[in-house]
Amino acid sequence: MLNKTAHYLSRSRSILPELIAILLAFLLSAIILTITGYSPLRAFNALFRGAFGNKFGIGQTLTQATPILFTSLSFLLAFRSGLFNIGIEGQFLMGAFAAAIAGSVFHGIPPIIHVLITLIAGGLFGALWCLIPALLKIFTGASEVITTMMMSYIATYLTSYFVNYRFKAPGWVAQTNPIQTSAVLPKILPPTQLSVSFLISLAFTVLVYYFLFKTYLGFQIRAVGLNPAASENRGIHVHSRLIMAFLFSAFVAGVGGAGEVLGVHGRFVEGFSPGYGWDGIAVSLVGRLHPFGCIFASILFGMLRAGGMTMTRMTKVPLDISLIIQSLVIILVAAPSFIKYIILRRKD
Amino acid sequence: MNLTSIINLSLFQASLRMATPIAFAALGGMFTERAGVVNIGLEGIMLNSAFFAVFATYLTGSSILGVLAGMASGCLLGIIMAILTVKYQGNQIVVGTGINVFGLGFSAYMCQKIWGSRGASDTIVGLRTLDLPFLNRIPWVGPIMNNQNELVYLMILISILSHFFLYSTRWGLRLRAVGENPQAADTSGINVYQYKYFFVILGCVVSSLGGVFLSIGHLNFFAWGMTSGRGFIALAAMILGKWTPFGCLAASFLFGITDALQMRLQALGILPSQIILLLPYAITIFILAGFVGRSIAPSDYKPYVKQ
Amino acid sequence: MAEALTLLGFTKHFPGVLANDHIDLSVNQGEIHGLLGENGAGKSVLMSTLYGLYRPDAGKVFIRGHEVTIGSPSQAIAHGIGMVHQQFNLVQNMSVWENIVLGKEPCQGFVLDRNQIRKELLALLKATGFEIDLDAKIRDLPIGLQQRVEILKILYRGADILIFDEPTAVLTPQEVDQLFKTFRQLANQGKTIIFISHKLKEIFCICDRVTVLRRGKKIGTLPITDATPESLAEMMVGRKIFFSFEKVKSPQPEVILSVEGLTVSRDRGGHALHNISFVIHSYEILGVAGVEGNGQTELAEVLVGLRYPQKGEIIFQGKDITHYPPKKRILMGISHIPEDRPKRGIISDFSVKDNLILGYEDLPPYKMGLITRNEMSIDQFAQNAIEEFEIATPGKETFVRNLSGGNQQKVVLARELSRNVALAIAAQPSRGLDIAASEYIRNKLIELKNNGSGVLLISADLDEIRSISDRVIVLYEGQIIGELSPEADEYQYGLLMGGTAC
Repeated sequence: MLNKTAHYLSRSRSILPELIAILLAFLLSAIILTITGYSPLRAFNALFRGAFGNKFGIGQTLTQATPILFTSLSFLLAFRSGLFNIGIEGQFLMGAFAAAIAGSVFHGIPPIIHVLITLIAGGLFGALWCLIPALLKIFTGASEVITTMMMSYIATYLTSYFVNYRFKAPGWVAQTNPIQTSAVLPKILPPTQLSVSFLISLAFTVLVYYFLFKTYLGFQIRAVGLNPAASENRGIHVHSRLIMAFLFSAFVAGVGGAGEVLGVHGRFVEGFSPGYGWDGIAVSLVGRLHPFGCIFASILFGMLRAGGMTMTRMTKVPLDISLIIQSLVIILVAAPSFIKYIILRRKD
Repeated sequence: MNLTSIINLSLFQASLRMATPIAFAALGGMFTERAGVVNIGLEGIMLNSAFFAVFATYLTGSSILGVLAGMASGCLLGIIMAILTVKYQGNQIVVGTGINVFGLGFSAYMCQKIWGSRGASDTIVGLRTLDLPFLNRIPWVGPIMNNQNELVYLMILISILSHFFLYSTRWGLRLRAVGENPQAADTSGINVYQYKYFFVILGCVVSSLGGVFLSIGHLNFFAWGMTSGRGFIALAAMILGKWTPFGCLAASFLFGITDALQMRLQALGILPSQIILLLPYAITIFILAGFVGRSIAPSDYKPYVKQ
Repeated sequence: MAEALTLLGFTKHFPGVLANDHIDLSVNQGEIHGLLGENGAGKSVLMSTLYGLYRPDAGKVFIRGHEVTIGSPSQAIAHGIGMVHQQFNLVQNMSVWENIVLGKEPCQGFVLDRNQIRKELLALLKATGFEIDLDAKIRDLPIGLQQRVEILKILYRGADILIFDEPTAVLTPQEVDQLFKTFRQLANQGKTIIFISHKLKEIFCICDRVTVLRRGKKIGTLPITDATPESLAEMMVGRKIFFSFEKVKSPQPEVILSVEGLTVSRDRGGHALHNISFVIHSYEILGVAGVEGNGQTELAEVLVGLRYPQKGEIIFQGKDITHYPPKKRILMGISHIPEDRPKRGIISDFSVKDNLILGYEDLPPYKMGLITRNEMSIDQFAQNAIEEFEIATPGKETFVRNLSGGNQQKVVLARELSRNVALAIAAQPSRGLDIAASEYIRNKLIELKNNGSGVLLISADLDEIRSISDRVIVLYEGQIIGELSPEADEYQYGLLMGGTAC
């Protein structure tokens, strides 16, 4: 199931290939900017200043990094077992929605309990969203690439439906009622939006690391991802490990969505996610499918998003340049021999 | 409101229309898969070509140039995909995902830059519909096929040519071997790399016509994310059609029906639009669940390393 | 006789090994020339390099007296050389005729000229006397017929020097018979056959002359009439081979495994195993002899739990384990040395350490508490295993893909044999390994048996079976057609395995 990319990613030691991929991505984006009549220097300058220039920038960068860290952990978990869960966005949305409802519906509960309930609800709904693709994969072999993608579109429309009809808050914005204050995650760096959800994402990073590398379940999942036949021969229950990885992956995505609702927006707003699911995939690859690598990579991409808004405001460069940079990173990281060729001028 | 107001000739005509972008994508995807590369990036390729088609038509006023521009963008992305997956053996799914994000980002970026709006471009004059009266004489199928956009006919033509190519020419025979067992093809003296490169690129060019149709054949403008997952539905159509040209065509038509039905239902207003909009995706999963899984793919998807 | 093919000073290096060391070879036209040697002697490399799959480091090639350079298989084909490999190069989902003409298709303009194709292929079939349905799909054909398609492929391209690399490994004895008849027929038509094999008996059966290779060097060439099995064996191995190991008589044998009426169907329809019954005792090695492809793979799989039978039962230590999953059987003391090591045996991108505990990770002491790994115990175990089994590795964190085949197999052994083993299923355990590694494995199996375990040794290597088994059953077309004592004549074995009377 996994192939050269994953083998390479889990094997090599130096981070030079990833750095080169990132640099190249910026370089190519600079070319695109120039051709379309913008100044890359001004644009990137605004980008970095927006992201790191002051306390507000740093806060916003970390705020944007938080959901991306969650989704990258999600993709990583699935990929390590050999599955391509590219429907993370949908699981993220379902988790966010569940949290918005659980957060607003219960009154008078102590905050800690309420937060726990909403986060778990978010995770469970995220996991629920991968159940059909997981079962189809096991029983019919249907490609999870297609099925999770379909579920993601369904999630977008379904949440849109709920938020415009049944669960709509008064007013003309498509959003749910605000959550109770007992469910709100406190801000930790006012006046930025950075909240406790960032700390929760870090906690999950440690959790995922521990699970994958320090428990026997994680070991079995990784074994299945690298060689299901040998794993089966040694008594590992391949199907159950696949489902475990898939569910855990979607659970984390759901918690990520919940974190956004509880920590940043306070409700489910239609379209609140600018594609955090896709960011997660790129970050996971750049982070070399390792939880700690994802921390650094998600900060990088958080920077792209946070600084991007400043950049657009100041230089009128369209926001989507961050998507372009991101896509170039994904493409370049996907071909390790290509990068090696650039570094060493010889093929792997 | 009775059944015949929904299920009638115009439904099937619309189905053929809606099937066209999926069919283009599926046919192109079929070629790349038969070359041994699974093309997840169909969304990105189509979005890009949709944009370039509108852009070129906007600049030059000629929709023919729009088509060519769309195809050229598909060719470029195809070259990138080919180099990364064939020469440098990159992970095909990751490369495809990257191309998807690129298509999404780049088309939105350019749309914003040129027309100042991220959401939609100005409208342009697109391709024409053709009235071919002789078609009306063919029972059942004829009237459905008449009065369609030029690209629809192109799609049907490409399906027929692809079938002929794959099963009656030597190059088709060789392509089939290259996809299924590159080692066997290699020892038979076929230049496997040449075939892979060529058909990955050709596949992307054909797929790009799907995006071209969406923008200048159907709507006459470009809108953010207008492919709406058709690139993935095309993959399902390709699998359902067992990677054969006519199979892809038939499967795409099936999906075209769900798409056309969805629009009819929306017009009738009996269900909220979002529920109707999600139907095609749910149906895709349903079809995959029922029909797929045990099909025999035509290639092993592994990068070919010459021993 | 004219010389069809001559090699002078042929040399080929691979990283770390000199596969061909200045080999001189001359093959006459119209003869069947055997290329004999053990695994790793360099026979396949020699012919593959000649065929253009690799570049030789030095040496000259002459075809019918003219010097040629062959840089690719298509060039080899152009010079009239054709090769039938062990692994067929056939496209499973395409038909026989499509596979044969692939790459050299007669066309009318753009279109494949089906009439011409049919005409030419029918003529070819007539010339060779083969009978094959041209429209059949390869995946529906038995291996023997698939091999014929390979032969037709090279004949279609005008090969008159035909090289066969271990062609009999996957054939039933009848099919081997047919193949040798084909060799003779082709040779009579003036074609030159080069037959690569490690099987002495077959070389004797069909070859006119034989060249022996050992460790990359040519040891000698002689007409078959001047050779004896002993002289060839000595040339092949370089020393007298001692065929029997010390056999300890078992103290109190009791039945530990009993297989009754086992029927297992094949993936492609039909039965891989049909009504099999046998028993294995403690302190015993039961050998399963037979040519690969007669149900051996399925037998190992069904005993280990990777496959369930359609009928029959498997009783182990008194319990019916027929439908037990692999894990349960492992816990009961059944260990498995799989025949396909890269696929079933090891995880290439895991470390030696992780491969050693694969399957044990959820058992104490390797697991602490609920789910945590006990790194110290794991490290300790790995260290001990590496020492005890003399696994040559830079360290326990080294990825197993960097180890040699023999050492990879040692990792498998170390893992399988480190817990109490009541029954060991060893499937083709020394396949692809050099002499030293093979002997190590056989010694280990004997050690197991002497300590009371039962061992099921499935091997296509008859010498291996006879040298260490206590009893031998012969598997042919999914059935046990006989039981022999290891001391029984090779001839008797040959008869049971299908008979290869020339």
